[in-house]
Parts: sequence; C-alpha cells; structure tokens
Amino acid sequence: MATTFTLNGETKTVDVDPQMPLLWVLRDTLNMTGTKFGCGMALCGACTVHINGEATRSCITPVSSVAGKKVTTIEGLSADGSHPVQKAWIEEDVPQCGYCQSGQIMSAVALLSKKANPTDADIDDAMSGNICRCGTYQRIRKAIHHAASLQAKA
Amino acid sequence: MKSASFTRREFLKTGTASSALVVGFRFPLSAWDDPAKGQEKKPPNPFNAWVRITPDNQVTLILGKSEMGQGVFTSLPMILAEELCVDWKQVTVQQAETNAKIYDHGTGGSGSVAGSWVPLRQAGAAAREMLISAAAKKWEVSPDTCKARNGAVVHGHPERSLNYGQLVADAAKLPVPNFSDVPLKNSGEFTIVGLDKRRLDSASKTSGVAKFGIDSRVPGMLYAVVARCPVFGGKLVSFDAKAAERVPGVRQVFSFETVGRGASTTGGVAVVADNSWAAMQGRKALVVKWDEGVAAKESSDELHKQFLDNAAKPGKVVRNDGDANAVLASSSKKIEAVYELPFAAHVCMEPMNCTVKIDADQAEAWVPTQAPQWAQSVIAQTTKLPPERVVVHTTMMGGGFGRRYQVDFVMEAAQIAKKTEKPIMLLWTREDDLQHDFYRPASYHKLQGTLDANNNLRAWKHFQTSTSIAAKWRPDGDKKPEAGEFGTGTTIPYTAPNIRIEYTLAHSSAPRAWWRSVEHSSSGFVAESFIDELAREAGEDPVAFRLKLIGADRKIPQFEGEPDSPPLDTARLKAVLRLAATKAGWGESLPQGEGQGIAAFFSFESYAAAVAEVSANAKDIIVKRIVCAVDCGRPVNPNGIRAQVESAAIYALTATVKDAITVERGRVVQANFNDYDMIRMNEAPVIEVHVVNSNEAPTGIGEPTVPVIAPAICNAIQAATGKRLRRLPLRASDLA
Repeated sequence: MATTFTLNGETKTVDVDPQMPLLWVLRDTLNMTGTKFGCGMALCGACTVHINGEATRSCITPVSSVAGKKVTTIEGLSADGSHPVQKAWIEEDVPQCGYCQSGQIMSAVALLSKKANPTDADIDDAMSGNICRCGTYQRIRKAIHHAASLQAKA
Repeated sequence: MKSASFTRREFLKTGTASSALVVGFRFPLSAWDDPAKGQEKKPPNPFNAWVRITPDNQVTLILGKSEMGQGVFTSLPMILAEELCVDWKQVTVQQAETNAKIYDHGTGGSGSVAGSWVPLRQAGAAAREMLISAAAKKWEVSPDTCKARNGAVVHGHPERSLNYGQLVADAAKLPVPNFSDVPLKNSGEFTIVGLDKRRLDSASKTSGVAKFGIDSRVPGMLYAVVARCPVFGGKLVSFDAKAAERVPGVRQVFSFETVGRGASTTGGVAVVADNSWAAMQGRKALVVKWDEGVAAKESSDELHKQFLDNAAKPGKVVRNDGDANAVLASSSKKIEAVYELPFAAHVCMEPMNCTVKIDADQAEAWVPTQAPQWAQSVIAQTTKLPPERVVVHTTMMGGGFGRRYQVDFVMEAAQIAKKTEKPIMLLWTREDDLQHDFYRPASYHKLQGTLDANNNLRAWKHFQTSTSIAAKWRPDGDKKPEAGEFGTGTTIPYTAPNIRIEYTLAHSSAPRAWWRSVEHSSSGFVAESFIDELAREAGEDPVAFRLKLIGADRKIPQFEGEPDSPPLDTARLKAVLRLAATKAGWGESLPQGEGQGIAAFFSFESYAAAVAEVSANAKDIIVKRIVCAVDCGRPVNPNGIRAQVESAAIYALTATVKDAITVERGRVVQANFNDYDMIRMNEAPVIEVHVVNSNEAPTGIGEPTVPVIAPAICNAIQAATGKRLRRLPLRASDLA
C-alpha cells in the first residue's frame, strides 16, 4: 500500500507494508541512512526524527501514520551543516563514535524550537531519551547552551 | 603493554617495524589463517602507504587503524602531519584497506597512539626528507640547506619555495630512507602534537553523512537476520520456515553452521529479505526447535554458589612474597572484604553488522571492525578464497569497546552471502547484541590485609575466582586460566612485605572476552576499594595513607610483565593521586549525606586517578562530580584525551550503578535498554579532566580511567554514609 509524506521538503511516495516503521523506510527503502537503528523499542533515541516538528522515535512509528505529514531527518536540517545546533556540536567537539548524534541533534533541535534558552533541567527532560554510549553528555549539554546563544545571535 | 592482559596482548600483538599483527597468536593456526604470518614488514614507500599528495597540494593521510569514536582519525594524523611538516588545515584522512604488508590494523588495548607514535613519526619524516631531496635536486643545492615548512620546501635568502604538490611526483620516485635513522623533530619544534585539536570527522557525524557499517549499500543487496539458540552452545534441531516465508519481502530462509573458532554460537537460521524490517518479521514467524544442551542448567545463582565454594578453598598461587597466610593468621588487626562483579556487556550503539559480496574469484566486505585482518581471514576461510582475494573495507563504527575485535558476525555474514549468491547485510538487533555478546567476566574476590602498629601494610592477600577469558580462548586455558584475570592487579604499588595472590577458575558457558579495560575493571575496583578500607581501619586520610604506602619514588617491575613492559613508576602514580585530590578540593567539607572518594590505578602503561563526589542514601546514589587526573605520557591531542577520559568515566559509571548481565536457564536474561540501561543525560555527572604534561612516550588513554571510577564511587559512598558497598552494580537499597 502506498504512503505519501513530505521528507525534508520533498514529496515521497513509498509502496511498502504500512506497518513498516518509518526508520526502515528511510534507511532501506529510501537509502537515507543518517537516521540510525539502536534498539527498535524507542528506548535509545538513535532513530529520532521530526514529524511535523515533534521529536519522534522513527523505529516504532508505522509509516502509515506519517501519511500527509512533514518528516525531517538529520539530512534535512541544513544543506551544508550550518544549522546552529550542528555548528555548536562541531565547535564543542561533541561526537566520538558519532552513531547516536543524529538522534541527539534532532532531539536538541526540537528542544530549542520550543525553548530558545533551555535550562539544565530542560536539557535533562528533553535529552534523557537519547543514549550516548561514548558518554558525550557533558559536551552535548554545553553544545545545546552554545547553540541557544548562536540562535539568539542569528 | 603487557599489562593489558596476557590473552588480549597475545591477540592484539602488534609490532612496530618487524612484525605484523599476529592474529591468533598461540591459537591453533588452523582455526583461522593469519594472512600476515611470516611476512617481514619492510618500510614501504610512504607515498604509497600513508601520504597522498596531489599536484594541487591536497594532503591525504591514510591510516590502518579503526576509528570507533576514540579519535585515532585525529590523533594519528596529527603525529604524521607533525613530522611531514604540513599545515593541519591541509589534512584530510582516509581509511586504508586491509593490507597486512603495510599496516598493523588491529585496534584495541588502548594501543593505537602508543604503538603508532614512532612508526608514524618515521613515516612522516621519511616522506618529508624525500620531498626535501626532490626540491634540493631541482634547485641543485644540498638538501641540508633546505627545510620543510607548512607543506612546502624552502631554501635561501631571498627565500624560494616549492609546495609539496609541485614536488611529490619526483619525491615519490626517490629511494626510501631507512626509517630507523630518519631524523625526527625535537619535541620543542612541535607545532601540532600537544595542541588541542578538534576532531576531523565531526562535520560528517553531525550531518548524517558519515557512513557506518550499517549504512553500507551495495547494488542488489538483501538484508538478513539470524535466529540463534538463546542458550550458550545450544544447537539447531529443526525449523519450520513456512510462516516466515509468507512474510512479504522475505526471500530465503535457511540454516547454516559456524566456521572457524571465532563464533560463540553454533550457527542458526538466516532469514533474508528485501529490507531489515521484513527480515525481522520473518524471524519472528519462524518456528525453531533447539537442542539447548548442557548449558541450559547454568544460572547466575549457580555461578555465585561456585564462587562461594571456590573461595572456601585455597586457590592456585599466582604470587607469593613472604608468608601472608602466617602473618594474617597471627594478626589481631586484620580486615577481610569480599567483592563481586557481574558479567557486563559492551553495548556498542551500532549493533553488529557486516555486508558481504561474494563473486566467483573474490569477495568484498564492509565491516565495522577492530580486527580487519581477522575479518579478512574468516571470510577467506568461509568462502575458500585466498585472503588476498578478500577486500575488507573498514567502515566507521558506532562504538567498539572490544566487542568489534570479535568476528562472529563477519563469519555469519559470509556464510549467508555464500548461500544467497547476492550481496547481503547481516544485521543484529539490540536483543541479539545483548544476548550474544562476549561478556566481561563475572568475578568474586576475597581480600585480606593487616596493618602493623604504625599502620603500615604487613600483608595483602587477594583471592579471585572468575569465569576467565583465557579459559575460553586459549588452548591451554584451563591450565593457566588466571592469565589475564588480574593484569596490573598483581603489581601492587603499596609496600607490603607479605603478598599472596590466588586464583580459581569458575566454569561458565557464557562467552567472555575483552571489555573496555578488561581485567583492570575488576582489579582496580577491588584493590582501590580495599586500600580505602585499610585506610579507614588505620584511621588515616585515604590520600595520605595511599601516598605513605606507595612510599619512595621507584620503578616497580610489572609482576606479570613481558621483558619490554615498562615498570610502574610510583612518582607518576603519586602525581596523579595528588593532582586529582588537589583539583577536587580534597578534604573540604561537604553537605550532610555527601562524600568524596578517591582511587588511582596503573593500566595500559598509563596512570589514572579519580575523585568522585556522591550523594548517597537508601533511596538514591547520585554521582555529582568526577575529577580525573591522567598521565598517558606526552599528550598528543589533549582535547581528545579529555574526551576519552570523559567517555571512560561514563562507561564505567554505567557498569557501577546501572544493570548486570545475569544468566538463567543458560541464557542471558537482559534483552534491551529497558532491562540493561545506560547512564543518560539526567544522570551524567560533571566530569573534570586534568592531563599531566609529560615528556614520556605516549601511552594508552581509551581505557585506563575505567578501573578507578567504581572504587572512587564506593569510597565516596562510605565517606557519605559510613557504609561500604562491595558488589556491582551498586544498589541504594543496600545502604538501608
């Protein structure tokens, strides 16, 4: 059954099992591999994308449920890595293995779109669903504050 | 490097100039052929191996090591670029393909920077000298009158200059200098090494562009998952694929067996489909009958009983100085403590995966691996192709921590690709990853010590029983199971005339192997907890007590060391203890219910100390701040070192306060992050890292912080509550 949605500004129609999670549609059907598989149970946040602007775990989101909606992935954040959150991540030297960082960044962008100047408690609330096994949390926290100031200047 | 562990050391054994990575060293070579075996490594032309400069002066550095987050794709090119004298901004890096004639590919044992420091300097310097010679020839002057600077060779006044791009075609044709006498820079001349550098791979890792193993895509590829027996060592009896084959997208369902010694499972049933999801759905629909085998009776409770039985009897004597038994028997002031650690899983964020394409006379694989040569040989063995017909592309990898030194998943992928005759990606799910890991051994330790009237240590006795790694891997493992279970835990920096170390093997079918910091994660925990208990018994400050017992500056040979293992330098150990204590504000008063604890440990030839600050009560253990001091020799990239220490601290914290891997009915109970959770943002303490600015040769940093975190936390809990926790993971309810 065909499902149509907007992916990073482009209309996409996929003819797949409607129950297939968006994660696998992105990765295997559309070859958009920036969104990662970590647990398949919405426990780690590696697969986080935005659906109509809300941070969502794509690994448990049936593709049929995004019909007609706007999906944004890490690839859609900016054409050239210039999003303030991406810049802050690079300037604070956040990534190590980098595998979880697409999801971390998507969660952080969603947070900053709601709270331009988040507190540490806001960061705890918004980011605790995203596991980083390399333990970059301290740098992520700093990068979110840094991104907030970059956004304020922009 | 010996201290890393006998077994892993053997496994990872890397040479600098004369020997290749010897995969399978002391293993029966028939188990997997070592493509590098017997090949004398002659320094290759650096322009073929490490340095590519294009006529437009773009510099690419090529590296054989695996980047798994530890930052070698930044620190190693820094070393090469330093001697090559290029502008750091000019540099890009590229992963080398597997070539045992040139590279030591194995990445582990915190050994990449330590092991590459001299060879990469030599390679960079050789290339630089060749570029200088090419310029000198062109100008018809003596090379001694020319120098390299910022990617160019310059000469004379007024200065003339040719950039490397203009010189490389001629330079690459010149004779390669002898690496052993090529001139190296003095450290005072360094302009890259020793400075904070940001990672070179951040842009690709913040844009979705970085290609991890799981992102490999080959035209016509299919996706596979495998049903494996949940019980260790269990075998397939039969399976019914009818329902699985009805799942839309499923192409093939078949069973396969393991090849070689690398896998812990006995094979399984592969489900191959058009996409990962269909393959997983197909696996769910499979009906499989397993012969669970003898391991089905095993459990963590049964293992604990084995530990208790073993501890009631003397173990095999590993070290015996003086007569600790007699001293302990006659002493009135002695203490005894029992510590226990569970199995621990690696939990790379990117689950295991491997993409393989097999053609008639060659194979190609895309593997997130720490051991590309072993991957190459296991694919060769599976496909019956000569290793040189197997190309392994080492991809970016979402964590390694030792798990990616195993090639069980590579063998599975090769077996499946052989049958499908189409390229396939084998994907493990999180459940596969947690339940079919090679776990950090479970261990049980009885420590006994006694003090004299001046609170000096008279006797130290350490009995350990564990599910040894050597017993799984080494052909003689049952004869020498203790090898690699203590590490530097047998090189005790605290002066004691009577030392006794004993070991007894505990039997388990659970696969075990090298987990971040390996045996030091347990050795550091027990030694640095127990010395703290002794300090309290003595009524002395834990820092002052440690410094007193370490005593004078001296070099203690590693008890289990190889002839070339550097000794434990007590001055450096004391320095990190003092640095951590000072920076943490040791001894300053804290609010009620909070405490500080310290620990210091020598491993991977590096020195690490940590002060933990915790708030603890019967409801909660909250680690608020960890102050680390490390001495890993000359810091190549201090920023990268701080990142590794932060990472190791969080990794160790997870193992200290979160979940255990437990076994019931011969299988791992935990399956996903709901029952095997990781430290998350809201639990991550402030971590401060202080790096000693040493002039010694660089040593390991990915792992040495791991061993000090759990003991620093337990010592802090005792300071906060007066109660001692000795069993990991810690439970606040044990403070009630």
